[in-house]
Amino acid sequence: MNNLIILPIIIPIIAGMLMVICKNMIKFHRFLSLLAIISVGTVSVLLMEQIKFAGIQILYLGGWQAPFGITLVADMFAVMLVLVTAIVTFCCLCYAFSSIGIERELHYFYPLVLFMIAGVNGAFLTGDIFNLFVCFEVMLVASYVLISLGGTRIQLRESVKYILINMISSFFFLVAIAFLYRMTGTLNLAHLSVLVAKAGQGGLMTAVAFLFLIVFSLKAGLLLFFWLPGSYSAPPPAIAAIFAALLTKVGVYAIIRLFSLVFYHEPGVTHQLIGVLAAITMVLGAMGAVAYGDIKRIMTYNVMIGIGFILAGFASFSTAGMSGTVYYLIHDMIVKALLFLLGGTIIYLTGTGKLKEMSGLIRLHPQLGWMFFIAALSLSGIPPLSGFIGKIFITEGTFHSGYFWLGGIGLLSGLMVLYSMLKIFMNVFWGYTNLTDETDKGTHRGLLLPIGILTVLTIALGLGAEGIHEYVDLAVMGLMEPGLYIDAVRGSSLW
Amino acid sequence: METCMSIIIGILFAVGTYLILSKTLLRIILGTSIIGHGVNLLLLTMGGLKKGGPPLLGLNTLTFTDPLPQALILTAIVINFATTALFLVLSYRAYKVLGTDDVEQLRGYNDE
Repeated sequence: MNNLIILPIIIPIIAGMLMVICKNMIKFHRFLSLLAIISVGTVSVLLMEQIKFAGIQILYLGGWQAPFGITLVADMFAVMLVLVTAIVTFCCLCYAFSSIGIERELHYFYPLVLFMIAGVNGAFLTGDIFNLFVCFEVMLVASYVLISLGGTRIQLRESVKYILINMISSFFFLVAIAFLYRMTGTLNLAHLSVLVAKAGQGGLMTAVAFLFLIVFSLKAGLLLFFWLPGSYSAPPPAIAAIFAALLTKVGVYAIIRLFSLVFYHEPGVTHQLIGVLAAITMVLGAMGAVAYGDIKRIMTYNVMIGIGFILAGFASFSTAGMSGTVYYLIHDMIVKALLFLLGGTIIYLTGTGKLKEMSGLIRLHPQLGWMFFIAALSLSGIPPLSGFIGKIFITEGTFHSGYFWLGGIGLLSGLMVLYSMLKIFMNVFWGYTNLTDETDKGTHRGLLLPIGILTVLTIALGLGAEGIHEYVDLAVMGLMEPGLYIDAVRGSSLW
Repeated sequence: METCMSIIIGILFAVGTYLILSKTLLRIILGTSIIGHGVNLLLLTMGGLKKGGPPLLGLNTLTFTDPLPQALILTAIVINFATTALFLVLSYRAYKVLGTDDVEQLRGYNDE
């Protein structure tokens, strides 16, 4: 029992509620939201140390032993993601201070972000599949409001589609849970793992696994990504950055968790299918990224390529591939937030998203240009930046498991990412400067500081990959050996 | 009993799917609502029907109904209610701002 585990979920909720009460105190909102996010980050660092020395931490809510009550499980993989979530949200909030506008701030922007973070952290930390559904919904309802906050035409149009898609996938989630409950009689993930292992993963169980895969693919944008380009280009940059960094990754986390802990008995069927889906996602995402001439579109298609690549490593289901997945997942969360903030700043400066209509920004904004260059290199996995180490491990893992086509497509899609990023860089920053000093809106510290923090992080993660190696290894061990997770949840009970 | 319920759930899903595939926004929302009911009935059926008395001490019954699916349904109903309400309000707003409730006309345009 470790009460620290509940804190990443309740700190944002309590802070958000306080803000709703004090509606008009924007300074207080800003201060409290940063404070809440920093404390979540601190708690997750503490938890990481405890997990390192004492193994996986458990909290039985209400004192009900597993499998009867809801269990919160903090293993290294989950807590690392909670920490990265806190860091990314911190930067996006800082960016929002000077870009989101007073109207949105007065209409509960900060409480909504915090409620969404509570849902995201809950999804990472829960050990119960129905609770996972509830946390998904907490996150999604907050995101429904965030995507439509402001009520511009494009936002209203896209949010209707976004809500419909997510409602339908939530129904499928419930259907899958109902079937799983009928077949096993439990909802606790560790208990499910034991029961599925005992009964064997037959055809019917694999069918249910596919149903879960469809649900999480819709949320993560794995193959079923048709809703993603529209939805993620509607909201303002600070919100789009949080979405791109976190929401799809929660779907990816759910896929990784379920298919490494519960449905891991038929890797030839389920994991190979994930590999095929990942390959198609990468190919289609690369096509979109290369084809479009609009910054927002290119960025959203890059989100898909990232998702495909992360799950390619998971599909190989080897230790190397899994380390690559963990490294790349962390890298992707940071660098996608960085990319969306940079893209948002460029659109703010030039007033357009079309590549053809802008050029020569580097003369007026050299810092922005060089940070974009670093982000572009990091995104495509050039050493020594953070994308490199994950890319190496994922490629090694896929080759090791015999999925040469998957590794090959991954590397080729990396090339396409580099092309699409340099296309933006050359069009936006090179050439004749068409903005004069008078028409230039100018950047200031409020916009550049969060971007700078994320840029430094992506460099540091690449150079200091050795430093987090120990933690990544622990996370991978927890994923590859379900026994550790099960024993921790089981404690002294007998099932 | 379970067979009967399965048929009802199937009908609800079919009706809901038909409505979701229509063009009008209001029908789509009604469709999600009906599918939501189908899902709730499915959860109930999956827990087993008419298995015994209420799960309380001191009732002298030997078999008990599983209370868990009912807890799940309660949660699902609340969430479904909240999202449907939000969806209705948002689509009303979208109708007022965009001037249409035809999803065919809600596609994006290249000149935005």
